[in-house]
Amino acid sequence: MLDLTPDEWTAIGLSLKVAAVATLASLVPGLGIAMLLARGRFPGRALIDGLVHLPLILPPVVTGYLLLLSFGRRGVFGAALAEIGIVFSFRWTGAALACAIMGFPLMVRAMRLSIEAVDRRLEQAAATLGAGPSAVFLTVTLPLAMPGILAGGVLAFAKAMGEFGATITFVSNIPGETQTLPSAIYSLTQVPGGEAGALRLTLISVALSMAALLISELLARRLARRLGTG
Amino acid sequence: MCPTIDIDVSLTRGGFHLDVAFTAGPGLTALFGRSGSGKTTVIDLVAGLARPDRGRIAVSGEVLLDTERGIAIPAHRRRIGVVFQQARLMPHLSVRRNLAYGRAFARARSDGIAFDGVVDMLGIGHLLDRRPAGLSGGEAQRVAIGRALLSRPRLLLMDEPLAALDEARKAEILPYIERLRDEAGLPIVYVSHAVSEVARLARTVVVLDGGRVAAIGDADTVLRRADLLAVQETEAGAILDMVVGETDSETGLTRLSGRAGILSVPRLPRSVGTLVRIRVPARDVLLATQPPVGLSARNLLEGRVVSIHALGEAASMVEIDCNGALLAARLTRASVRDLALAPGRIVYAVVKSVAFDPQGVGTARPEAVEI
Repeated sequence: MLDLTPDEWTAIGLSLKVAAVATLASLVPGLGIAMLLARGRFPGRALIDGLVHLPLILPPVVTGYLLLLSFGRRGVFGAALAEIGIVFSFRWTGAALACAIMGFPLMVRAMRLSIEAVDRRLEQAAATLGAGPSAVFLTVTLPLAMPGILAGGVLAFAKAMGEFGATITFVSNIPGETQTLPSAIYSLTQVPGGEAGALRLTLISVALSMAALLISELLARRLARRLGTG
Repeated sequence: MCPTIDIDVSLTRGGFHLDVAFTAGPGLTALFGRSGSGKTTVIDLVAGLARPDRGRIAVSGEVLLDTERGIAIPAHRRRIGVVFQQARLMPHLSVRRNLAYGRAFARARSDGIAFDGVVDMLGIGHLLDRRPAGLSGGEAQRVAIGRALLSRPRLLLMDEPLAALDEARKAEILPYIERLRDEAGLPIVYVSHAVSEVARLARTVVVLDGGRVAAIGDADTVLRRADLLAVQETEAGAILDMVVGETDSETGLTRLSGRAGILSVPRLPRSVGTLVRIRVPARDVLLATQPPVGLSARNLLEGRVVSIHALGEAASMVEIDCNGALLAARLTRASVRDLALAPGRIVYAVVKSVAFDPQGVGTARPEAVEI
């Protein structure tokens, strides 16, 4: 059986916490942006689309450095947020922010595709039955797009579990605070005799990713059955 | 009393121009015309699903849209029910919750029809716990009608609700639409390009052609006039309301009597005294200037020529007044000349066939019957 050291357990726990917070916190903004990109027709739409996708294309270390510049202790937003007690730099919250930013394009993309796939004629039918725009969104668009929204959440979670470059650049690699699973694996590969630990954590990492995929698959199937398309 | 629907709109989309104005009263108004004539666009405009470039729409006296005064009530506040060509049921909701969907938004209005009443009228009680994906086309369309009714609309728009269904399913739904018209007292605008549906259901017919109103009037007037139909002139015919009489057990013929006279038709399984509406296609009416003798056809109506319209190069449409009921006959121009037909002339019309409404669910009665 796997015999994990307390430090390794800490890294796993921290990774799960960081990924969960990153995913949950980006769900609502992600849905908003996805809705905007799927349905909005306004100048500057291409710009927003580009900005959202930027972390996907930029080297993660660049994203991490930009985060450090803007949300670091002396960063533009960092200084202001520190005033009201929100600190990102070298904290697990910073790791969550980095993971959220890195996973955001994947989440928005999945949500946007599923919103675009919703039959607008159903929304029209709902309107003729008396449903205003927000009721249409809550009772028609959202439930019908739910498989894609879930898929987006799972993708973002999986991405957060594996995020390394931006996190280590932004919040470093502090055991117990910002040392997530990938950072811990990296550290173990850098010290003599760490191979066994690195392998153990690698296996854990593979297992967690597989579990996330399986759960999302199960949820998608159940939803498809509920939507009558399965 | 203000008209139920008062519409005057115009819009241009790409190369299509729509310029439509008409008013219609209570009962069922048919919007009739070939595809591309603008029928569905008119429905979308009334429902609030599309905006015209200019115009005014009022329903039961309330202005829903007036571009000049800057009024545009959004679709969800118009209280106009729509039954689309495809049922458009919510796939993630059960039939019961689909039916209740519009009801939730109409809760403030206490008037209207009870859930059970609608379910009974449409015969969908056994479907309530099913999902839309498991319904047949006819069942789904009945649920869609129920859903629209339960949102308590002041006007029901039906956009070719039968077009996606086969003949048997059409026959299954038509009686429900008739009950809706007669029992629910709800004004209905019904889009169709099928003469048989229009003849069966409509009180008023608006003929659209190329985005314009080509004709408007009572169903019997419009459908008799092939030149007004602009489409399917071979489908033109008279509509007669008749009362079902006795059926002769020996010959198997049922007598129908109406203002125009008496017609015998193959056994009609309806009780004596029932009112039926029949359609006499103009192409199945022959005219004679003297009472014909030695003729196999049994149905002869005497009348007086009212008018003669040219129909294309070789044909003419002759309107005949049979004791107040109007009949139409489609003849060749040569026949009109040879018989010296002219308004005022007494003629004998030989009726070769009549079209019936298939009565009741699942009756596979042929549309037109040789008589």
